[in-house]
Amino acid sequence: MFRFIVRRLLQLIPTLFGLSLLLFIWLRRLPGGPETAILGERGTPEMRAAIRRNMGLDEPILVQYGRFVRRMIKLDLGTSTSTKRAVTTEFIERFPGTVELTITAMIIAIGIGIPLGYLAARRRGRFLDHASVGGSLIGICIPVFFLGYVLKAIFSENLHWFPSSGRQDPTLEATRVTNFFVLDGLMTREWDAAADALWHLVLPAIALASIPLAIIVRITRASVLEVLNEDFVRTAEAKGLTEQTVRRRHVLRNAMLPVATSIGLLAGGLLSGAVLTETVFAFSGIGAFVAEAIGQRDYPVLMGFILIIAVVYVLVNLLVDLSYSFIDPRVRVR
Amino acid sequence: MALLEVEDLSVTFARRGQRAVHAVDGVSFSVDAGEVVGLVGESGCGKSVTSLAIMGLLPKQPGLRVGGKAVFDGTDLLQLDDRSRRDIRGRDIAMIFQDPLSSLNPVIPIGLQVTEVLTRHRGMKGEAAAKEAAALLDRVGIPDPKRRLKEYPHQLSGGMRQRALIAMAVACQPRLLIADEPTTALDVTIQAQILELLKELVRDSGTALLMITHDLGVVAGMCDTVNVLYGGRVVETARRRPLFRQPRHPYTVGLLGSVPRLDAGRGEKLNPIPGSVRDLLPWPDGCAFAPRCARRIDECVGEPPELVHAHDGRSYRCVNPEPLPGMVPAPREEESA
Repeated sequence: MFRFIVRRLLQLIPTLFGLSLLLFIWLRRLPGGPETAILGERGTPEMRAAIRRNMGLDEPILVQYGRFVRRMIKLDLGTSTSTKRAVTTEFIERFPGTVELTITAMIIAIGIGIPLGYLAARRRGRFLDHASVGGSLIGICIPVFFLGYVLKAIFSENLHWFPSSGRQDPTLEATRVTNFFVLDGLMTREWDAAADALWHLVLPAIALASIPLAIIVRITRASVLEVLNEDFVRTAEAKGLTEQTVRRRHVLRNAMLPVATSIGLLAGGLLSGAVLTETVFAFSGIGAFVAEAIGQRDYPVLMGFILIIAVVYVLVNLLVDLSYSFIDPRVRVR
Repeated sequence: MALLEVEDLSVTFARRGQRAVHAVDGVSFSVDAGEVVGLVGESGCGKSVTSLAIMGLLPKQPGLRVGGKAVFDGTDLLQLDDRSRRDIRGRDIAMIFQDPLSSLNPVIPIGLQVTEVLTRHRGMKGEAAAKEAAALLDRVGIPDPKRRLKEYPHQLSGGMRQRALIAMAVACQPRLLIADEPTTALDVTIQAQILELLKELVRDSGTALLMITHDLGVVAGMCDTVNVLYGGRVVETARRRPLFRQPRHPYTVGLLGSVPRLDAGRGEKLNPIPGSVRDLLPWPDGCAFAPRCARRIDECVGEPPELVHAHDGRSYRCVNPEPLPGMVPAPREEESA
């Protein structure tokens, strides 16, 4: 098990190396070169030359690449051209918000999706089944930002149940430790701050969870239906086990494998889905920041974002692979 | 009184807009305590559906109708509610299935799959259950049972898996064991071992065995009484010896003629029954076997044939049975077991 984790983490190195090469080429190939990206169209030839010298663009290409990689290893992602702050600092402030949002969305999607998919399969062809299959179709069809606006209009503007924007009420003046606001509140025992951060998470997380929830419902339903027809379920029934034991030990566990796979794939997609959700709810995570960076052609920020997404993707899928081995001994890792 | 008395059992699958399918159509037979009874027929004749109906294990679906009676020790199993049925299953009546790999849960260890029966019906837990599970595996001939308990089905060979399933079935010393083609998925040498094991368990514990098979070799080696099924009906019931010596129903004759024999002359052809069970009846009533029958006469296609009780305790459902001086000699047991 330990060797498997180490091996998978080592696999990150070639992945990141390849990615760095792509990013490097991408930066050199920007229209007009990186100096135009920084200066825009207005720069004079002298200013361009100065920047080229400054950035070392006049040196041999291999030397440039070497320096690029060295900086990346030191987690120096450069300076944001729009906020003039270090990209790393920006990310440390904003990424936790997105992680909090994604995790909450995933908990909602899994926590509701799996039981609902299971019940739909058990009540196949009856009302609950049709309702959840139809509902999940709607969930997949509705764009996240639209659902976000609808939720906001109903639950915060009309009913005033939830806040409509932000991550926390600024008047609380909560202490920051990790920038995970809920976690910070728990660690510093500022319960009201934790609760308020959680409260701010509800609507954006529901909006973000809609698509993964719909997909998990469908995959769980299909998977359970398949397992219910398996011979070993009949064996379990023939043993006279209670319905509960048959369900938990024999049906659900076997049905979880395809669900785990899809969760891994969905988690990656959630990060990009977060861009829209955060924009709608003015939630200061990395998504809203990156959306702005795209408009501003803030290349250092975009580059850093691409790197982070890649690392997160590899790590999430490592977790999924590990979860396989807990679910199914046949794929037990060595 | 018989341990299990199946009376006029019928299973119908009715789909909306389609003609209802009578998978089992008035099957009656009985199993006495400690007796080994065979239920024999080609695939599609309704033998598995019969056993699943008795156990209450038919997949729940709209349009499924089960009729008749299956009286086990005084209670009609078909009238029981779900809870009482679960109490009987695994404790009083246990079942072994055809494909041992797919019949075992691939993601939990063998040990838990054995102990869960002990926990459910005998209230055993923890150490005691594990010890009993190991003893059970040992009893069905699995070497190094303690280690096997921790292993998963894919780590066992086909024969070991079937032994493990048998261990689970006999865990509560049931009074009736239903074995649905228990050797079909196994190698020939393993088949013999498994049959031997079943025979031994039945003899030692006094458990009655309902053996469902298409393999006449299995029947010849094990069964006291044989019921031959065709088209969802019992077409002939007899003790083993008379059945092999003097089959009366033409279908039984056909079955026996389809078995390759070691003592047959070289180049001698087998006599397969033409057609298959699934062929539709060209007429609504009458004998289901008539379209394939060599002894068909006009009466066969009118009314469904009544059960004829012969003087020697056997019965058959045929208006033109095979004449009595038998043509087919009984197979020697040691060859066919």
